[in-house]
Amino acid sequence: MNDIDIQRRSFLKTSLGAAAVAIAPGMLLIDVAHGKPQTVNGPKSANSKVRWGMLINTTQCKSGCNDCVTACNRENGLSGDTKPTDSQWIRKIELKDDSSGRDLSLPMMCQHCEYPPCVDVCPTTASFKRADGIVLVDKHRCIGCRYCMMACPYKARSFVHEPLHDQKPDVPRGKGTVEACTLCVHRVDQGLKPACSEACLNKAILFGDLNDPESEISRKIRSVASVQVRADLRLNPGIRYQGL
Amino acid sequence: MPKRDIGRGGQCVEDPQWMRKNHMHLLKHQRDETVRKGIRDENISLKNCIECHASTKDDSVIARDDSFCVACHRYEAVKIDCFECHSGMRKSAWMQRNTK
Repeated sequence: MNDIDIQRRSFLKTSLGAAAVAIAPGMLLIDVAHGKPQTVNGPKSANSKVRWGMLINTTQCKSGCNDCVTACNRENGLSGDTKPTDSQWIRKIELKDDSSGRDLSLPMMCQHCEYPPCVDVCPTTASFKRADGIVLVDKHRCIGCRYCMMACPYKARSFVHEPLHDQKPDVPRGKGTVEACTLCVHRVDQGLKPACSEACLNKAILFGDLNDPESEISRKIRSVASVQVRADLRLNPGIRYQGL
Repeated sequence: MPKRDIGRGGQCVEDPQWMRKNHMHLLKHQRDETVRKGIRDENISLKNCIECHASTKDDSVIARDDSFCVACHRYEAVKIDCFECHSGMRKSAWMQRNTK
């Protein structure tokens, strides 16, 4: 046996020992499994025990009101223009049922699917789902191929065509990458609600943890009828609509 | 070593010589931790670096030839991509300027 093999063997031995010690004293695999905040292991991270989602009450959503869109644009530093080359993270949609004449108005954005097609098709794994269910683009890896834009059944994603200047410090955005609603991840990580939810005067957008049976959103979903858009695709979106 | 505006300066991570050599590794490691896992370690986040190292005159790490990032990167001819997307401005100053 040569020198390298011996070194490798002793290295493996020591590291196994170290791993055993790290796990042994009272820690905590059980805590990890039960999703307790992992302060033991350092700073807080996205937790898979949580699944962030929204319930949008279309009966409360006023036709012509654009407050959520404006709030999103302001929060994320979007221009607010709607030309084909402008980014739109959230859009207001007006629907009319011809047979009954019923009018509907609702906001549409990234649905934060449990099985996101945008993640499936991404060749560089730039498109990914965070442990807490938020679907994001890692712009450090995005090569701007726009497969995800084609894969998304909700047309939720936008491509940045022009160089940008003076972005918000909390929301880095740049030319040549795809972007979409982040569920205001920078706010959520601080314990705040997404900007659209906070801006809605009619309280039509309810944000919360779908995995916590005691959260307001879970209770509401249990008690009122709500649907996911294009539920037939079985992507299990985190955004649900009431009164659709 | 080119002349540079270190802003408020100070030391919160490692000594300056170590940081000169290794800051890129910290930033690259932290960016993945933050974006993909949601670990927002204030201490070694780009935003936090900018907070102290942005010039006290124009609140930026990239605005002038002797700004904190630009001075050395220009001297060494190493292009930085960070600020094509990230703001090079101190957050507090940005907020002050852009909220009415």
